[in-house]
Amino acid sequence: MGARDQHGPGAPWGDAQPGAKDNQAFQVVGKPHRKVDGLAKATGAAVYADDIVLPGMLHAKTLRSPHAHALIKKIDATRALALPGVHAVITGQDMPIKYGVIPWTPDENALALEKVRFIGDEVAAVAAIDEDTANAALKLIEVEYEVLHAYFDPKEALVRHEPSIHEDKKHNKGNISKHVELSFGDVEAAAKTADLVVEDDYSFHGTTHTPIEPHCAVAQYSADGVLTVWSSTQITHYVHRALARVLELQPARIRVVQPCLGGAFGGKSDPFSLEFCVAKLAMITRRPIKMLWTREEVFYAHRGRHPMQLHYKTSATKDGRVTGVDAKILIDGGSYSSFGLVTTYYAGQLLTGPYDFPSYRFDSTRVFTNKPPCGPKRGHGSVQPRFAFEVQLDQIAEKLGMDPIEIRRKNFQGEHTQTVNGQRITSNGFMRCLDEVERASGWRARRGKLPHGRGLGVAGSMYISGTNYPVYPNKMPQAGIQLKVDRSGLVTVFTGGNDIGQGSNSVVCYIVAEELGIPVENVRVVAADTDLCPVDLGAYSSRVTFMVGNATIDAARKLRALITAAVAEHWGIDTRRVRMIEGTVIDVEDVAKSMSSVEAFHIAEEKHDTLGSTGSYNTPTLGGDYRGGTIGASPAYSFTAHVVEVDVDTETGRITIDKVWVAHDCGRALNPMLVAGQMEGSAYMGAAEALLEHHDINRFGLHQGPSLLDYRIPTSVDAPEFAALIVESLDPEGPYGAKEAGEGPLHPVLPAISNAVFDAVGVRLKHLPFTPARVLAALREQKSASVAKTTAKGRA
Amino acid sequence: MRTLSLKVNGDTVQAAAPSHWTLLEVLRYKLGLTGSKQGCDKGDCGACTVLVDGRPVLACLTLAGAVEEREVTTIEGLMPLHVKSGGDGPDPVQAAFDRCGALQCGFCQPGMMLSARALLNKNPCPTRAEIREALSGNLCRCTGYTQIFEAVELAVAESIGVAPAPRSWEAQRMDPSEAQAAAKRAAAHLAERRKQEGRE
Ligand code: FES
Ligand code: FES
Repeated sequence: MGARDQHGPGAPWGDAQPGAKDNQAFQVVGKPHRKVDGLAKATGAAVYADDIVLPGMLHAKTLRSPHAHALIKKIDATRALALPGVHAVITGQDMPIKYGVIPWTPDENALALEKVRFIGDEVAAVAAIDEDTANAALKLIEVEYEVLHAYFDPKEALVRHEPSIHEDKKHNKGNISKHVELSFGDVEAAAKTADLVVEDDYSFHGTTHTPIEPHCAVAQYSADGVLTVWSSTQITHYVHRALARVLELQPARIRVVQPCLGGAFGGKSDPFSLEFCVAKLAMITRRPIKMLWTREEVFYAHRGRHPMQLHYKTSATKDGRVTGVDAKILIDGGSYSSFGLVTTYYAGQLLTGPYDFPSYRFDSTRVFTNKPPCGPKRGHGSVQPRFAFEVQLDQIAEKLGMDPIEIRRKNFQGEHTQTVNGQRITSNGFMRCLDEVERASGWRARRGKLPHGRGLGVAGSMYISGTNYPVYPNKMPQAGIQLKVDRSGLVTVFTGGNDIGQGSNSVVCYIVAEELGIPVENVRVVAADTDLCPVDLGAYSSRVTFMVGNATIDAARKLRALITAAVAEHWGIDTRRVRMIEGTVIDVEDVAKSMSSVEAFHIAEEKHDTLGSTGSYNTPTLGGDYRGGTIGASPAYSFTAHVVEVDVDTETGRITIDKVWVAHDCGRALNPMLVAGQMEGSAYMGAAEALLEHHDINRFGLHQGPSLLDYRIPTSVDAPEFAALIVESLDPEGPYGAKEAGEGPLHPVLPAISNAVFDAVGVRLKHLPFTPARVLAALREQKSASVAKTTAKGRA
Repeated sequence: MRTLSLKVNGDTVQAAAPSHWTLLEVLRYKLGLTGSKQGCDKGDCGACTVLVDGRPVLACLTLAGAVEEREVTTIEGLMPLHVKSGGDGPDPVQAAFDRCGALQCGFCQPGMMLSARALLNKNPCPTRAEIREALSGNLCRCTGYTQIFEAVELAVAESIGVAPAPRSWEAQRMDPSEAQAAAKRAAAHLAERRKQEGRE
């Protein structure tokens, strides 16, 4: 069912306004319910991939390349195979078919075929009775390499073509992974007629996800030839497709299950080497196989946020209206494509809100280098450009003597409008986000007036709630749901959606309970199992609440129609008089007529046979009418504003974040507690990227600190205080008006910190991360500039 | 290989394991107690935290042989222990984490909740700063910690029998003066209780 058909004319939630005290319209939605898996997680009962133990299971380990770029001349596994306890060794030759999450750029092999492209690239895998034996066997595999020139600087990769990291000349010119150039309106003219043009360079350094659970996969190949893979993936459906392709198996003979997942943030979106390896080894040995990556391996598997070098030129009128934005972006992709095609588009396509500017041009180029591959990380592709632009907007406000919040208000694009690159904007609560952070932070009384060293900064952003680009072209639903009714009163929901901790299974449960008027305890959710659940495209691009939510409403309303029809017939009244609420079914016009929902289920089953329903969601046709116009086209966009308060120690250069006010327009908070959790978690992650984290690959291609000690993710004493301020704009197409909350709220914190530092000490930080050394250097520069100024004045 | 005699969650159990195995390995792979998680296996993340004689310990850095004769409590042991001592259902810390939305992916949380339990056992009404300090060995990547602090504070507030301070998104929906008053009340109750305990 398409989005527009979803709710028909008029909003489906009647006049129930969010936050209204007398809001009786919703029984479940909008309330801080527990999560469906909360107590299982609280008591240690939840089963994650590494908790799975199968009888006779072997353990597998991966041999990785010690070279950043090299040809594989020879692999000899004879000695490894001879080691007692070793059951199988596989290499690239065993799985020569290439794959990639984006079907247009299949450039990965489960194990390297002819060459390795980064230190840590997978070369061989061993299955043995235990991990110790498998590790010992890895040391006995002899690999002969011919080392090639390795690229670590994206600028070199841009101009030097030989040796090329990938050979496929059809897709890659030299070492260029993707180049996108799009232009809307006339930026040149805008710059010529502008009162003010600000032009500057910015950079993002590269960070990684570090979910606390390392990647793990388990495979079993049954006697009748069915392959089951349990994997810590956030996209079961794509893993299913990739396994079928690489292993040359019928998709119908493969089952992929996502157990409870210990965090992902985009880092478990690609099909990974370990999934293919456990499957292949299970097929060879006919025994269950488990592979658990070490923390170090997770750092090398990476797929984290791309380093970017960004050049922005913004034109504005003297009253602060932005008239043109011209961007040039160089993206360091690392060694494989991953989602890189999308990243390259997103880097430009997602900047065109919440502000309206009549002309825009971006030129973004992703190059390959011999580093761990980059991919999608929370706020995919758009966090880095957003950082650059929001700092630049502050620079414009500074030059014009405008308040930074005012300049953002001034450029607000409005609701129900179209962006310069042809994206449809529906609901837009950005102005209220600005109001909220302004109010809560005491902005007017405090900004610019705090003592030297303390400051406030603001930034805004926009993000997608799913995308209508389904990764592989097809017209089938992007989300599907099945409901099954039991005579006990239990309703089971089958969803292909991946709950990665964000609570999507809970959202599905709340919606079914809401629509059928039954307690949440009477809804059970079965998720992310390709044998049992209808296809869903997975947990990425913040699509789950919006798409799976809408599919759930669709299925639940169909089921409700069956039940109310049966009850209406039973009572001999019009269907419209039957209402399902609080575990009962009532006649709204005659309170004497009432029955429990269990009785109603029975009556409906008598009338209709076995009870159940299906529901689905597909986006309407969206996007600009040009090549790539659908990438970044979303059925709804979320909006965010942050104000950050910092304390800058001018002696040490250390920045301390005291508080972050996070206002986010999530459409409607289906569960405000879970929304707040997403907002806080996002802002925390972004703040850490700005101040602490650096996925740093040195000049040999080695990670500078692949451990949770050296890669500094904040502890409970480092984390700033967050205030989650929820804004609800009620999107006309979202489930009950809901939009995403899991990625958007990450964006503004990085530029807001930079802008707050400017308020605190008057220096502009344009290059991430904001290390004490960088802050001190900026302060020194500021000092020498002011000394130069005063001496110049003195001379004059 | 040696046979270990361990006291885990109130039971004395025997397990044969290589002598270099850590407590985490024995718990997970020999005793089937997979509630203790492995996030790094080298002492950096805290996901493997268990209680040994009531004190939080990193099971991935502790040789199983070193804790024989000592009381080991894992996340699986909390609820049964609570029920045995007359409680109903999960330990108040577990229930509070569940009710506050603190369990996002949940992977860090067994360790986190055991650290919180250890804190509350020796300091039943900690300040936010003390909570931060006590949990600083347990990394969480999902929550930004706020809902974890709120969960511990809820457990504390309920044990004193008062309402906790409203959360930011709750305060936003309240009358501002009402929200402020509620926060003040919660702080006053805590301060009073801390005084009684001789902590202020
Ligand atoms: S697994 Fe023990 S500290 Fe990380
Ligand atoms: S809840 Fe996911 S790491 Fe803490």
